[in-house]
Amino acid sequence: MSFQFTEEQIKRYSRHIILPEVGGKGQQKLLQSKVLVIGAGGLGSPSLYYLAAAGVGTIGIVDFDVVDFSNLQRQILHNTERVGMPKVLSAKQTLEALNPDVKIITYNQKINKDNVLDIIKDYDIVLDGSDNFPTRFLINDACYFLGKPLVSAAILRFEGQLTTFDYRDKENTPCYRCLFPEPPPPGLVPSCQEAGLLGVVGGIMGTLQANEALKLILEIGEPLVGRLLVFDALTTEFNTVKLRKDKKCPLCGENPTVKELIEYDQSCDIHF
Amino acid sequence: MENIKIDRELDLKGEVCPFTFVKSKLILEQMAEGEVLKVILDYKPSVENVPKSMREEGQEVLQVNQIGDNLWEVIVRKVR
Ligand SMILES: [Zn+2]
Repeated sequence: MSFQFTEEQIKRYSRHIILPEVGGKGQQKLLQSKVLVIGAGGLGSPSLYYLAAAGVGTIGIVDFDVVDFSNLQRQILHNTERVGMPKVLSAKQTLEALNPDVKIITYNQKINKDNVLDIIKDYDIVLDGSDNFPTRFLINDACYFLGKPLVSAAILRFEGQLTTFDYRDKENTPCYRCLFPEPPPPGLVPSCQEAGLLGVVGGIMGTLQANEALKLILEIGEPLVGRLLVFDALTTEFNTVKLRKDKKCPLCGENPTVKELIEYDQSCDIHF
Repeated sequence: MENIKIDRELDLKGEVCPFTFVKSKLILEQMAEGEVLKVILDYKPSVENVPKSMREEGQEVLQVNQIGDNLWEVIVRKVR
C-alpha cells in the first residue's frame, strides 16, 4: 500500500488519520469514493458539507431548483447573495471553497425515469435528500435495480427519519417499498403550505446521512440497515424501529410487480 | 545499546504534535509487518506522545533515546 498525500492533505485529514479505524488507508478510500446526493436543500446541505470536508473524492449533486429566500432558514450551503442562482452551482461554489480535493459534478436537472439510471450508475453510494414521493420512489427503485447502497432521510416539522438500504445485498436488506409499497394518495400528505420544518432537523438528519455514507465507504461500524431511526426534536429523543423485509413487497418480495422504473405524478410542485 | 535493523528512517525535525504522530503513522502503514521505523524528533512533547499513540495503535515501541541536544529518536516495530 502506498499513499501520496500532500503536506496540505496530511494537515487537512490529520484528525481522520489519527483514528485507528480510518488512518491513511481509510482516507485514501474516502478520496477514491464517489457519492451522489439527490437534492441540495435541507438534507443535502449538511450531508454535502461534511462529505466534502471529509474528502470524499467525487461528489455528484442533483437539483433543478434555484436558491430562494425561503430556503435560507436551513439550507446552509447557500446564502443571501446567491438567491436566484441554481442550487447545484451555489453548492459547488461553497464545497470547492471548503475543499479543493473534491471533484464536484452537478446535475442541474429534474430526475426522471429516463436519466436516473445514467446519473446513478457511476456512484458508489446514493443519499436521498429529495422532498417529494415521486422522486423518492424513483431513486429507490433505480438504486435497487443497480444494486447501489441508498441512505434515505426525510424531515417534517420537528421529526426526522433515517435508514440505509444496502442493495448490494438484496437478500438481506428491506427496501423502501417494504416500508411504503406505493406513494401515499395526495390527500394524505400535508399540503405544501402546511409543511413547516424546524431548520436544524435537516441539519441533524443530513449529518447522520453523511455519517452512514462515511461508514459504508470505510467499512466500519454497523450501517443502519433494517432499522429506521426516528428523531423527535421536541423531546430530543432518538428511537429505532426494526424494519423487516416484506415477502409481499412489490419490489423485493417473492412476486414483484415493480419490474421497471415508474414515474408517479407530482402531487405538489412547491419545492422545499 | 542493542543493535536494531532499521528499515526506514523518518526525519521529523521541525514538526510538532499531532503531525509527528500522523506522519509516523502514515509511513508505518506503508511498511510491512515486522519492519522497523526510526523517527527523529526535536519537539519534546512528541517524544512522549508518539510512543504513547503508537502503543495505543498496537505497535511495539522498541526504544526511545536522546541522541543529542534537544534531539531524540523513537524506534517502532510494526506489529499490525
Ligand atoms: Zn421491499
